[in-house]
Amino acid sequence: MSVSARVRGSLTERPAAAVLFGPVRDVAAITWRNLTVLRRVPRLLIFSTVQPLVFVLLFRYVFAGVASSAIPGVPYVDFLLPGVFVQVAVFGAMNTAIGLAGDVQTGLLERFRSLPMARSAVLAGRTIADLIRNVFVLALMIGVGIAVGFRIHNGVGPFVGGLLLVLLFGFTMAWIFAVLGLVVGDPESTQAAAFPVMAPLVFASSAFVPVHTMPGWLQGFAAHQPVSVTASAVRASVLGGPTASYVWQSLAWYVGIIAVFAPLGAWRYYRSS
Amino acid sequence: MPAIEVRRLVKHFGAVRAVDEVSFEVPEASVLGLLGPNGAGKTTVIRMLTTLLRPDSGQVRILGLDVVQQAAQVRRLIGLAGQAAAVDANLTGRENLRLMGRLGQLRRADFRARTEDLLSAFDLVDAASRPARTYSGGMRRRLDVAAALVSRPRVLFLDEPTTGLDLASRTELWALIHSLVEGGTTVVLTTQYLEEADRLADRIAIIDDGRLIANDTPAGLKAALGGTVIDLDWTVDEHATQAAELLGACLGLQARARGSTVTVTARDGSATVIAVLRRLDEHRLAPTGLRVREPSLDDAFLHLTGAGSSAAGTSAGLQVPA
Repeated sequence: MSVSARVRGSLTERPAAAVLFGPVRDVAAITWRNLTVLRRVPRLLIFSTVQPLVFVLLFRYVFAGVASSAIPGVPYVDFLLPGVFVQVAVFGAMNTAIGLAGDVQTGLLERFRSLPMARSAVLAGRTIADLIRNVFVLALMIGVGIAVGFRIHNGVGPFVGGLLLVLLFGFTMAWIFAVLGLVVGDPESTQAAAFPVMAPLVFASSAFVPVHTMPGWLQGFAAHQPVSVTASAVRASVLGGPTASYVWQSLAWYVGIIAVFAPLGAWRYYRSS
Repeated sequence: MPAIEVRRLVKHFGAVRAVDEVSFEVPEASVLGLLGPNGAGKTTVIRMLTTLLRPDSGQVRILGLDVVQQAAQVRRLIGLAGQAAAVDANLTGRENLRLMGRLGQLRRADFRARTEDLLSAFDLVDAASRPARTYSGGMRRRLDVAAALVSRPRVLFLDEPTTGLDLASRTELWALIHSLVEGGTTVVLTTQYLEEADRLADRIAIIDDGRLIANDTPAGLKAALGGTVIDLDWTVDEHATQAAELLGACLGLQARARGSTVTVTARDGSATVIAVLRRLDEHRLAPTGLRVREPSLDDAFLHLTGAGSSAAGTSAGLQVPA
C-alpha cells in the first residue's frame, strides 16, 4: 500500500508561466509525439519516401522522351522535379488525415479533449509534425533529383523560396485532410477517401506535364488549381522567369483554403456531440 | 459541497432520449458505481460529466464548477479512463505517462517523478521502455488507468476500468481505488461486474433506458428486495416459464424465469417456500432443485431493470464480459 500512498496526493498548482506558454508547450508536446511515432514506425516514413522516389525515376526515364517534345528548351528533369516537390506536399497531407483518423479510432483524441490542454494543440501539433516530415522528404528528393540530372538554374535564393512555398502548400493541404481524417474517423477508409481527392489534383495539373497538352475543357481547371500554380511558381524559381503572379495566386489559394478548413477542422474537433 | 452535482441532465441523440432527467450527487472522497445494461446511457452520462459532450439541458457541477461554462477549469480537476484503452500504441509506457503529465500542465520534474511512481504502482516498470503496442490487453488497461492518474485528479472517472483484466490485476486496481478514495479522491465508475460495484461503491446508481431508476447503498438495494431469494430449478425451460406464471398469478409473488430456473423474492422465506411448493405440487410442477439464499446485488439489478424477464441469453442480464 506504500506505493498506492505515493500515487495519491493533491493537485499541483500551475506555475504562472505555464498559463502563458501552455499552448506553445502543448503544441510542442503533440508535435514531439507525432514525430516520435514516425521514428518508431519507420515504414510510415519509408512509404511516403518511396512513392515520390518511384515517381522521379519513372517520369525521368520513362516519360521524359514523350514529355520533352512539349517543353522545348527545358530538360524534362528540371521541369519534373518542381512537380514532384509539390506532389510530395499533397501526398504528405494524407498522413495528416490518416494520423488524425487513427487518433479518433483509438480514443486518444477523446482523452486529449478531457485534458486541460490548449484545444488547438492536437491539430496544430499534427500539421506541424507533418510539415517537419515534408522537410525531410523534400531534402531527400532534391538529393535524388540532383543524382538524376536536376539542376538549379536560377540561384539558390529563389530555389529556397520555392521550397518554402511548397512547405506552406503542404501545411495548407494538411488542413483539408485533417478535416477528412476527423470526419471519416478510421485510417483505412480515410486512405481510400483521400485518393480520389488527391489524384485529380496532382495529375490534372502542371506538376508532371504542361497544361497545354491537355484537352481544352480540362485546361481551365488544370491551369489555375492550387497544385498547378504552386508547381509553376516553384518551376519559375528553378528555371528563372517571372514568379510573382504564380506566387500571389498560390498564396491566395492557401489563405482561402486555410480560412475555410482550419475553422472547419477546429469545429469538428471541438464539436461535443 | 458535493464533489459531483448532477441536476436533471438530458441528452438526445436524434429522436432517442439517451439520458432522461438524471439527477444525483456524489459526496467527496466516495465511490459511485454507475450500473446499467448495455446502451442504458452510462457512457453518455460520463462523457457529459467529463466535458466531452454538451448536455441538452440540466446542470453538472464538479467541485462547484459548471462543466459547460467552466469546462477548462473542470478539466484540471478530473481524470478519465475510457472504455477503449486510449494510449498511444507507438509510444512507450513511460512516454505515454509523461505526455499526459505534460499536457496535464504539470511541472517537468513533477510529472517525471509521478510517472515513475505510477509505473511501479501499476507493475509496468519492466515494460516501461517498450512501445505500448507490445503490451497485453491487461497491461494496456493498467497504463490507461495510470494515464488518468498522472495529474492527481480530485475526481476520477473510470468507464469499465477492469474489463479485460485478470483477477490479480483487478484486485490490485480495487486496492488502488480504495487508497485513492482514502486520500480524498472522488471516483465514479461504471462496471459490468456487480461484484465490483458491491465491493467498491459507497452508492450505486442504476440507469436503465436513460433514466435513473435507483440510487442507494449496495446494502439498501438488496434490503429493498425483501429478506429471501428462492431459486427453483426444473429440467425443462417450459416448466420454469409455466411455474413463474402460476406463482405470479396465484400467489402474487415476484417470480422471474431465466432458462430452466425461477427466482422468487419474498419477505417471509419459510412460509413462502411452503406455499410455493404446495402450489407447484398441486399443478404437477414440482421442481427438481431448490435453494434459499440472501439477495445479491445481481437480484436487485435484475429486479429493477427487468432484464431477467426479457429472456435474453445472458445469464446475468448484464453484458457478457468480452
